[in-house]
Amino acid sequence: MTEELVTFTVNGQELKAPKGSMLIKATDAADIRIPRFCYHDKLSVAASCRMCLVDVEKAPKPMPACATPVMEGMVVQTRSPRAIAAQKSVMEFLLINHPLDCPICDQGGECELQDVAMGYGGDVSQYSDIKRVVFDKDIGPLIATELTRCIQCTRCVRFGEEIAGMRELGATDRGDRLVIGTFIEKSVDSEMSGNAIDVCPVGALTAKPSRFSARAWEMMQHPGIAPHDAVGSNVFIHTIHGKVLRVVPRDNEAINEVWISDRDRFSYQGLYAEDRLAVPMVKQGHEWVESDWDNALQLAVEGLQAIVKNDSAKQLGAWTSPSATLEEQYLLQKLMRAMGSGNIDHRLRQADFSDQDAAPVMPWLGQSIENIEALDAALLVGSHVRKDQPMIAHRLRKAAIHNKAAISFINPRRFDWHFPVAHECATDMLADLAAVAKAAFELASTPVPAHLADVVNAAAVNDTHRQLASDLQQAENSSVMLGDMAHHHPQFAAIRKLADALAKQTASHLAYLSEGANSGGAWLAGAVPHRGVAGSDAIKGMTFGEMLANPCRALITLNIEPEYDALHGADALAAAKRADFVVAISSYVTDNIKSYADVILPLAMFTETSGTYVNAEGVWQGFKGASVAVGESRPGWKILRVMGNLLDLDGFDYVSSEDVKDELKQQCQDIQLNNSVECTQPVQVAKTTGLQRIGDVPLYAVDALVRRATQLQKTTDAQQNAARINARQATASGVADSDKVKVKQGEVHSYLKLIIDEAIPDNCVWVSAAVHDTLSLGPVFGTIELEKV
Amino acid sequence: MTDTNTILSAHTREEIDEWITRYPAEQKKSALLAALRAAQHQNNGYLTTELMDAVADYLALTKIEVYEVASFYSMYELNPVARHNVAVCTNVCCMLMGSDTIVDHLEKKLDIKLGESTADGRIYLKVEEECLAACAGGPMMQVNHKYYTDLTPEKVDEIIDALE
Ligand code: SF4
Ligand code: FES
Ligand code: FES
Repeated sequence: MTEELVTFTVNGQELKAPKGSMLIKATDAADIRIPRFCYHDKLSVAASCRMCLVDVEKAPKPMPACATPVMEGMVVQTRSPRAIAAQKSVMEFLLINHPLDCPICDQGGECELQDVAMGYGGDVSQYSDIKRVVFDKDIGPLIATELTRCIQCTRCVRFGEEIAGMRELGATDRGDRLVIGTFIEKSVDSEMSGNAIDVCPVGALTAKPSRFSARAWEMMQHPGIAPHDAVGSNVFIHTIHGKVLRVVPRDNEAINEVWISDRDRFSYQGLYAEDRLAVPMVKQGHEWVESDWDNALQLAVEGLQAIVKNDSAKQLGAWTSPSATLEEQYLLQKLMRAMGSGNIDHRLRQADFSDQDAAPVMPWLGQSIENIEALDAALLVGSHVRKDQPMIAHRLRKAAIHNKAAISFINPRRFDWHFPVAHECATDMLADLAAVAKAAFELASTPVPAHLADVVNAAAVNDTHRQLASDLQQAENSSVMLGDMAHHHPQFAAIRKLADALAKQTASHLAYLSEGANSGGAWLAGAVPHRGVAGSDAIKGMTFGEMLANPCRALITLNIEPEYDALHGADALAAAKRADFVVAISSYVTDNIKSYADVILPLAMFTETSGTYVNAEGVWQGFKGASVAVGESRPGWKILRVMGNLLDLDGFDYVSSEDVKDELKQQCQDIQLNNSVECTQPVQVAKTTGLQRIGDVPLYAVDALVRRATQLQKTTDAQQNAARINARQATASGVADSDKVKVKQGEVHSYLKLIIDEAIPDNCVWVSAAVHDTLSLGPVFGTIELEKV
Repeated sequence: MTDTNTILSAHTREEIDEWITRYPAEQKKSALLAALRAAQHQNNGYLTTELMDAVADYLALTKIEVYEVASFYSMYELNPVARHNVAVCTNVCCMLMGSDTIVDHLEKKLDIKLGESTADGRIYLKVEEECLAACAGGPMMQVNHKYYTDLTPEKVDEIIDALE
């Protein structure tokens, strides 16, 4: 596409910009400063604050640079007497109602109003009447409001509407009484609401968790990578006296643009949770005692060695978090395999490992993150993408809105989406996916591949399925994406094969939206039992599922709480308890950890260690330690290195985490990411009968850190302790809204509050996993019973 | 989601539906002003959050959009008011023609201030914000849906006393 450029001058400097683009864009690009409040590069132009007035030759009055299209031959002055006078007047006007409370304002020192007032305002105001005051409403646990300070730029309102896709804040009343807010007492619930704090140019919206705790100029800023999802949003970590005080976005157009999710912004609170472990602990008899590192490491190593010696290395297992750093995962698997065991896995929430040999070397996005917004069609299978991967959802939203892309879902239930959705299948994921595949084959009159014949032929195709298939078929740029709930599904292998066949048939990118910050890295690092580093042959071992069925006698856990982080939480906890010797490398100490561990080694967390995360598009994003590690906790790579040394293993002489990464990178050089599934093992589908449990892992329950982020835990999104069924099912099961019900999965049960929710299909009960009240239950997919108590 | 069918009366819904037909199908939002008017009418002259929410659902708008509009226009009342809405124009033309006298007279007669309702729930003296576009007949006032121009205190008595 060639854009027509026009030439014009600003302050005598000749500039070129696309015809019709706004002047402020061109001046920004040329580093010519024009003050502004309402203008924001990522938002629509409101042109309401008038701070950006400039002097345009031949124009009768000063023009707003944010809303003045560039024209051939235009002559602009930003610092002429007329421009300066206009800017001064606007500044004076904006300050009429602004309080002089900078000394107690969190924004002080990083306030656009302060800066612009300094740079462009006058010294005295002609205004001497009273200023208006706004009485604030509580808008939830994350954003503090002080709307007396608001200058009505409406950036936050436009952010909600245009980016978050939820119109929650608005401008009510009018004139000098205009107030930004929710009007009624209501929390702001978007999963990326915190960005409103950043777009607000003044201190009207500030971060509640870090409020009143430091001044901007006292903080140190460190680049970092967010540790919760497959995007790896770029962040700045702000610290004071070595402690993390807040996390804000770091611009990276290719990854997170200028936004971050609330999870990435506020999870740091978990760093300083009460149960954070500060010193190594060892079990003496039945007592837990604090220990120094030397002793604890020695005991850890001896315990492991004893089991390997008396039993066999096959009795050694390792479970790692998918959010552990690349270096940690690599060293853990290196240690395991050097000791002779391949029993290592990071796929703690996967149920079906049957086709793991056909899995890609690294399951990835199949495209760049940026490509998502250019899609014409996408089908997401088993994904509540909005909550699971908020930044991917943001790109999908852009595709849906700007590109009119047909974004569709095959999920176990319906969800509230923040963009127009083309089709939403919400009954049986596998059956729906098979039907769409069938429709795609029919559409192209291609024969069904033999290994899929049974399941595809059995599928009942309806119009929605046909539409879905044709959306993908017709799109030039399309994608089939597998989300968390697909990975959790007991027939993940079947879903993967069907998705692969559908993607191939419709020339779509097959995409994995993986859990954790570093699932991709775990695959590359060899933190899987069936392959070594970079997919190489290596000592093979048991999958996580097999390790639950045949508990190992010795276990190393890295940065996990099995009861929360495993799909079969209760089974995982039981398996850990059955081990004779467990080394828990953990940032926290809980009663559960104490119940199975013998040595607990305090692990430095994401802001406290250097390391690397590999995001969904395969980008290796390195980071350095930003804050002081709590107590004596140490980076995982150092702990594992010393364990390697104490075990007398070769190749554990690293000086830095970069050494570790470089060694791994060397071995990954030739990897071409490719999601294509080469497996023709026939797909068998198990029939389910009776009431079925469906569920997810809620966004603020995904890992140990976020589960301890106290403010996030107060959000509406965190309240997932209920069982949900539709009204018809409620009648059939003899239960009613708000009843306390007993939900049973086989031998185990829990008591939950029942909520009637029409988004849940018949024969299903929605019960989220990894939240306190559901921990004792079985996996998220399976037969379930419901009883009124 | 609120049950709009019970909150908005059949008559209100009918009226909204009629307004919806006047605009392109994808622009139901355009019917918002009329919808709020109808909802207010149904509820003795003022809107509640519940009614605004019902209107939002009915027109498939977000709630805050409705609050914004309802709070922006002075013709919507967001607090309970008396049956008859009496608004004296106090804008420039009317002021020059003596609207202050009219307001004073009304305040004394009804023993309330602008912005208040009489205790018997009969008359609400609205604070009128803007010119009511009948400048040639100033001073003037609007009583419910009707304009009265060229007011004098005597004329005001007559009009007010006639209200039940
Ligand atoms: S709260 Fe902040 S962002 Fe929102 S309108 Fe006011 S000044 Fe602008
Ligand atoms: S920045 Fe241009 S009018 Fe506000
Ligand atoms: S000023 Fe009163 S109607 Fe115009």
